[in-house]
Amino acid sequence: MSENTFINYFKNSFLPILSIIIIIFAVWYIFTVYLNSSIQIDSYERQKIDWDFSDLVRDTMSQKKPLLPAPHQIVSEMWKTIFMIKITSKKSLIFHSYITLSSTLLGFTIGTILGIILAVSIVENKAMDASLMPWIIASQTIPILAIAPMIIIILNAFGLSGLLPKALISTYLSFFPIAVGMVKGLRSPELSYLDLMHTYNSSRLNIFWKLRLPSSVPYLFASMKVAIAISLVGAIVGELPTGAVAGLGARLLTGSYFGLTIQIWSALVMAAILAGTLIFILNFISRITLKRMGVQE
Amino acid sequence: MNKFQKAQQVIASIMALLALQSSIFYAFNYPALFFISLIATIGVIRIFYDYLNSGLFDFLLSIIGMTILMIHVYDSPPNGFWPLLISIWLYGWLAVEKITHEKNIAPFFRKLFFIAVPIFFGAWILFAWEVITIGLNIPMVILPSPSLISIQFVNSLETLWADFVQTFVRAALTGYLIGCGSAFIIAILIDKSLFLRRGLLPIGNFISAIPIVGIAPIMIMWFGFDWQSKAAVVVIMTFFPMLVNTVTGLSVNNPIDRDLLKTYASSYTQSLILMRLPAAAPFIFNALKINSTLALIGAIIAEFFGSPTVGLGFRISVEVGRLNLDMVWAEIVVAAIVGSASYGVISFIEKKVTFWHPSNRSTLEK
Repeated sequence: MSENTFINYFKNSFLPILSIIIIIFAVWYIFTVYLNSSIQIDSYERQKIDWDFSDLVRDTMSQKKPLLPAPHQIVSEMWKTIFMIKITSKKSLIFHSYITLSSTLLGFTIGTILGIILAVSIVENKAMDASLMPWIIASQTIPILAIAPMIIIILNAFGLSGLLPKALISTYLSFFPIAVGMVKGLRSPELSYLDLMHTYNSSRLNIFWKLRLPSSVPYLFASMKVAIAISLVGAIVGELPTGAVAGLGARLLTGSYFGLTIQIWSALVMAAILAGTLIFILNFISRITLKRMGVQE
Repeated sequence: MNKFQKAQQVIASIMALLALQSSIFYAFNYPALFFISLIATIGVIRIFYDYLNSGLFDFLLSIIGMTILMIHVYDSPPNGFWPLLISIWLYGWLAVEKITHEKNIAPFFRKLFFIAVPIFFGAWILFAWEVITIGLNIPMVILPSPSLISIQFVNSLETLWADFVQTFVRAALTGYLIGCGSAFIIAILIDKSLFLRRGLLPIGNFISAIPIVGIAPIMIMWFGFDWQSKAAVVVIMTFFPMLVNTVTGLSVNNPIDRDLLKTYASSYTQSLILMRLPAAAPFIFNALKINSTLALIGAIIAEFFGSPTVGLGFRISVEVGRLNLDMVWAEIVVAAIVGSASYGVISFIEKKVTFWHPSNRSTLEK
């Protein structure tokens, strides 16, 4: 990376994002003081303590169950639950993230495979295209996330418990973007390429392996990025009804039962970090793969 | 007809014959027997001769078989039940397969066909669901049959309506309008500043990817148990997809259009309304469509964290606890209808507004 592009990157990307983040944090702190102040003032008056504004600012940021915790409270809570506690402990955030992550990845993998199979059969078989495609689209207008708890209870009745039911929710959510993206990708070769293959008298199988599949890869990666984010949402929601045992969703639920706002926020931030990391990894893989395949961006 | 279809046909006829032989001595009464034998004989004849080979016959066979099964499944699962089910499923598939490959069809019928096939497929799913749940005596706790669900649906219309009003009209719709509206306005405001756009777009993209539903318990603490907290969740969920899409859409830039408007000395507002907003419309509608499902999901899930004793999410979680699965499914039907309907309405408006876009135009040109 030459010096010039580095400066450009700094000016065009890093600086704007950083300043927006700083603004967000500033607004956050202001809201922390504002939202928590009424409770704080109440407690001052009950204990008959004289207070001034600096006391108020200091105390609103160190409440135990604040309406809105300050960012540094969340960070210190996360520090405590990530690094200070053994990862096998039920209080460790790493433990809960691991549970959520494993069902996310399992569901995502099944969903990707299912989506690819569906897309291939839709592109290669006209009858499938006519009868399945409208239903695949319709399936997504049904708010499946909302019935996730029920699906998990039904699967439990079949004796399926643990990782798989949660993963199936993620599967249901993630197969759709994959299928739709793959169908688009498999159909993306231009007519002239297809004609060229025809003049070579290549079989359908050959066209599929040498033309359709390679040209669908960029579409596949784009939809995988959408799919993995939505898988994570599915895994978290899938954890809500399981009696709040483990996972980030369970952290959210117990937090909301006991009003532990800091715990809720740290679970949320952890989920955001997970989502960001997963997408970053996929981005990395896709960049390397596409570069190797000679796709120009 | 290719080899694959031929094999399908052979299997289908064998299954029909199996159904015939196991039902001859047992349960089926005479008309049903007659029809099954009809299916079997026609199937066998068609394998060896090229008679009656159009997809229409497969379709008819499938429909006849479906009717027989529907009539008899309620008494007791008839003998030859499974072979017959497999047989008519294969016939149904063959029908679709053959008609899609048929080349000499009038365009009108072709169009009709592409509407009819998904409906046929959906009807088949419902039929299979009904027949299998009843034929296998699957307990209602696991999966109620469509007939049970529809009975429950009709019987509890009042509750369903109240839930619909609470979750959709109050929470989801309010949140959707506020979220999309404010995102649209803010997108237009920050569109002027390149700096803000560069800073906000990546952050907006990131926030769209994180599981925002998790914010529901916090919103309940802030806004209380009623629909206001659910609407707040929906506002946050729908805001960022709309913001990102609108900003991206507004930066679509066609130099020829821009130059033309410049030669007319158009003002900022004029070029915004006449050129850039229409150009952004496909992106904006994309976000509106994504958000229509997101809003419903957000409103329902937020109710799991606490709600008054009304609402789709509340009812689902309570009735699951009572093992009234038919009621749960009735609520799901409501959610599905509402979700598909709002998606459909937005798609319809999109087609009317962005009629010029290639994706809407292509059907005319072909």
